[in-house]
Amino acid sequence: MECVFGLVGEGFAIVAADTSAVHSILLHKNNEDKIMLLDSHKLVAASGEPGDRVQFTEYVQKNVSLYKFRNGIPLTTAAAANFTRGELATALRKNPYSVNILMAGYDNESGASLYYIDYIATLHKVDKGAFGYGSYFSLSTMDRHYRPDMSVEEAIELVDKCILEIRSRLVVAPPNFVIKIVDKDGARDYAWRQSVQDVTTAAV
Amino acid sequence: MKLDTSGFETSMPTIGFGSSNDMLDGFSTVPSFDLPRTTDFDGFQKEAVQMVKPAKGTTTLAFIFKEGVMVAADSRASMGGYISSQSVKKIIEINPYMLGTMAGGAADCQFWHRNLGIKCRLHELANKRRISVSGASKLLANMLYSYRGMGLSVGTMIAGWDETGPGLYYVDNEGGRLKGDRFSVGSGSPYAYGVLDSGYKFDMSVEEASELARRSIYHATFRDGASGGVASVYHVGPNGWKKLSGDDVGELHYHYYPVPPETAEQVMEEAAAE
Repeated sequence: MECVFGLVGEGFAIVAADTSAVHSILLHKNNEDKIMLLDSHKLVAASGEPGDRVQFTEYVQKNVSLYKFRNGIPLTTAAAANFTRGELATALRKNPYSVNILMAGYDNESGASLYYIDYIATLHKVDKGAFGYGSYFSLSTMDRHYRPDMSVEEAIELVDKCILEIRSRLVVAPPNFVIKIVDKDGARDYAWRQSVQDVTTAAV
Repeated sequence: MKLDTSGFETSMPTIGFGSSNDMLDGFSTVPSFDLPRTTDFDGFQKEAVQMVKPAKGTTTLAFIFKEGVMVAADSRASMGGYISSQSVKKIIEINPYMLGTMAGGAADCQFWHRNLGIKCRLHELANKRRISVSGASKLLANMLYSYRGMGLSVGTMIAGWDETGPGLYYVDNEGGRLKGDRFSVGSGSPYAYGVLDSGYKFDMSVEEASELARRSIYHATFRDGASGGVASVYHVGPNGWKKLSGDDVGELHYHYYPVPPETAEQVMEEAAAE
């Protein structure tokens, strides 16, 4: 099952997601990037049904861009998270989206933040969060070792601890993970953790 | 919210019990819906849809290599345990440089691929250039997404060659769309993956790649009851697609694993020829 988790450190936020695209017992793809760049300083890590995940996050991304075009200034992370939650809530009792989202962003005024938005439109601002079967292992690991003033290196060590725990304890553990970071310099890829590499190229 | 049952009331006069009027026997009962006896009506509906949903009984595969895209499929259509056809065209020609594969409901795949072909042609006319494989697959994925939950069964791969080179996308009825280098779809796909993954190299010639595709389909038809018939292999190159071969898998079996003739028979035949 899809594993997504993230945490906030000193002036940055990190999210990690597995990269496997699964249909029942078949792994169709092991380098699917599930963390989308919402804009220059926001990341959305999504897990859920394949169609819903891509369509809903792209919908949010386009609406965030539209706001920026119309108003000349980008949305704050809190505003984008509340917009996303609002869309999920509106659709909930008609045509619900099965997507769980961790939204990480950096704003100059309020620093780095992480928002937990689940498929029934729950919204929480959190220091650390996780979705999927992997959450059973990563949440306690993060609870034990997390400190609010962690540096990037310490945070990556914690993320790797969680990935190791998921790989060793989850029966259908995903082989590969992608880690992305957002800080004052923007949102970008940090690293890939691959235990199974495909014959041809890396991320598509 | 109270259910609106006004549709169940009828203005037709009820016929009395024991009426033996033959002409009215056909409509002796008041027309009405039978509601299923369940507390979870939504769950029941979902179950009913899942029950009639045809499983994707087929084997199709496609992969990108140095010389383009290789696309292959079997040709068996099955309804449960009954083989309804051994000669179904599962590789659909969307336009001269793009192919789609069929897995799931035959009608759904044929219709939506035809529809996609129309949209691609309209794009060409409106923009004076060919649509990319990425664009075509996104059009199909969006169309299928808007029908999600309504029982469509489509598991298709869109393979083509555009300005950026060879392209391969997997699109399914849930609206999922994956870009990749190797895909196999259908009930026989795990078997095909086994042969395809172990024999795959990016630097293959067209002959090697078509042999790998044919072999993968053959092995899948050997193990999977819902796949069989003819293994068709297509190649998509920079100038469009070309059908390379269509071999009956039964004949392929004896081609790959010939039965050695017994020596006793050989001797007898020679004696007879003299």
